[in-house]
Amino acid sequence: MDLLEYQGKELFARHGLPVPKGVHASTADAAVDASETLGYPVAVKAQVLIGGRGKAGGIKIAKDGTEAHEYAGDIIGMDIVGPHGEGPFKVHELWVEAGSEIESEFYASVILDRSAKKLMVMLSRMGGMDVEAIAASDPEALVKQHVDPLSGLGEDEAKQIVAQAKIPEEVAGQVADVLVKLVEVSQAEDATLIEVNPLIVNADGEVVLLDAKVTIDGNAMFRHPELEELPESADQDPQEAMAKERGLTYVSLDGNIGILGNGAGLCMSTLDVVAQAGGRPANFLDAGGGSKAEAIIDALEVITSNPEVTAILFNIFGGITRCDEVARGIIEATNKIGLELPLVVRLDGTNSEEGLALLAEAGLSNLHHEATMLGAAKKVVELAGN
Amino acid sequence: MSIIIDNDTKLVVSGLTGREGSFHGLRNRDYGTQLVAGVTPGKGGQDVEGTPIYNTIRESVEEAGANTSMIFVPAKFAAAAINEAIDSGVETVIAITEGIPVMDMLPTYWKAREKGVRLIGPNCPGVLSPGKANVGIIPAQFFDQGRIGVVSKSGTLTYQIGNELKQAGEGNSTIVGIGGDPIIGSDFIDILTLFDADPETDLIVMVGEIGGDAEERAAEFIAAEISKPVVAYIAGFTAPPGKQMGHAGAIISGSSGTAKAKQEALEAKGVRVGESPTEAARIAVETLRSL
Repeated sequence: MDLLEYQGKELFARHGLPVPKGVHASTADAAVDASETLGYPVAVKAQVLIGGRGKAGGIKIAKDGTEAHEYAGDIIGMDIVGPHGEGPFKVHELWVEAGSEIESEFYASVILDRSAKKLMVMLSRMGGMDVEAIAASDPEALVKQHVDPLSGLGEDEAKQIVAQAKIPEEVAGQVADVLVKLVEVSQAEDATLIEVNPLIVNADGEVVLLDAKVTIDGNAMFRHPELEELPESADQDPQEAMAKERGLTYVSLDGNIGILGNGAGLCMSTLDVVAQAGGRPANFLDAGGGSKAEAIIDALEVITSNPEVTAILFNIFGGITRCDEVARGIIEATNKIGLELPLVVRLDGTNSEEGLALLAEAGLSNLHHEATMLGAAKKVVELAGN
Repeated sequence: MSIIIDNDTKLVVSGLTGREGSFHGLRNRDYGTQLVAGVTPGKGGQDVEGTPIYNTIRESVEEAGANTSMIFVPAKFAAAAINEAIDSGVETVIAITEGIPVMDMLPTYWKAREKGVRLIGPNCPGVLSPGKANVGIIPAQFFDQGRIGVVSKSGTLTYQIGNELKQAGEGNSTIVGIGGDPIIGSDFIDILTLFDADPETDLIVMVGEIGGDAEERAAEFIAAEISKPVVAYIAGFTAPPGKQMGHAGAIISGSSGTAKAKQEALEAKGVRVGESPTEAARIAVETLRSL
């Protein structure tokens, strides 16, 4: 789960990390109220889950109430496209923050290094810019250090990282302290990524975390009920929201062929073979292991709620999943929602003969059975049209 | 002797008294695996269809001679169960449970390495050595005994490929589901090493998917260390790029983690990559028969 900037900063503040004072707002008037409380100048910042907000015009500094109102009004409702073309992300929320005078900008992050199976701390004195650009232009300016998985990051180690990154001595202690705490936050809050860019030194010589990108491990949400209650991004795709409610793993794509598979690997592979056959998948939907008839009905309802879908492919290889259960779900769902779209079904594995017999018996006119995965992909592309 | 599990495997199942644990544990026993014990704290002295239950894994090692542990415990408690298994004296721990937090798995991974215990998973379908033993949830009926080793991040995709091999008249020495979680006990490199030294394996099929850089690292390793032919399949060419939160991930691995990057890394090292599971199986069969 990705946190918005202000959610990440609230997390930092709870762990005693220095962040600017700020107030959450979702209207221009509320932004002005917030600014009056904080005192000018303020930074009016769009809250979206994408980098490059500043360049896109999503962060503005307001000197007075008129500006705060104007900028907040401009930013709310703005569509922000990420630096690599991600999005657009519509802005619904603002974070209004006491302005900081920036003397210098650093970069700090803690990330799970899957290869090394350790957390890694990264620090650079060249903050405020794209970390990939730092790594490319001056690799030595980006110091990377693994954290011992059992003992964590000690103060002395943190100081060494700070020295190696050539952070000015006056603030070295403060920066080392930030690194130690960021590792603690990562471990305590199950954060697999924490990126602070920039980590600044203000005019008073204080080190402050000016941005926050935080990703929390979805498997650990049971330990963080307070995060679970955070509002969903209002931009969520309607099918994705519906699928989430029903406990299905669903990702929207922009094609017209609805796809259901069991198991993430087989489902991804199904998208690939449909694309290879010249088709355009409308979604990824993993019905999971042991799918029962009800899950199949839920899945079909989600897929068909997308008006773009012109044909559907079911690719099931039953291990724990029983094909007769899947067949029952298909028949019930077809009758319940009056499904008329062409439905191509490939059922293999546990109880596939029983499942195919059930489908044959039901005699659904929109249903096409194919024996192989590639055959099914070809068939559904043919039926979907463009 | 096949890799990881075989006729000498003596299995203890943590969670054998639970619904899933008993269903699959007993299925493994029906297949011919020596299921010697189950473990549920507080239920020691009971039995599940004749298999004795102990309070701790260590007791099952001492009293029933267990050497392999399977973990079927809910995610919240699974890391503790894996740690218990690592300390109990078993040689191998196979963790089926999905949804274990990464921060729980980090210290557990290092503990297993330190103690020299082989950990497979978590979030994996287990290991099957056809004709010998089955530990986990892999449906054995779709695989025959044979000379092809399979190592895979994905469960159902493995069944798909195994079944295609079977239909083509070939079988498997061992099928290892390593799991798709960010932190897993054994990765491609560990299992490739075992297959390369295994006299019952002539060819290895490696099934990967998007995310991480395990496939890229495996490609380097295959070129440097593996003498047997390897055929690969990668899923996820059309998967949408996730919303990116910062760019620290790409910096570390030096790879974008996309299916295309993985395919290119493998092909650059001479590993043939099938476009679909069907094609990967076909290449594997062809290569095996030309050996």
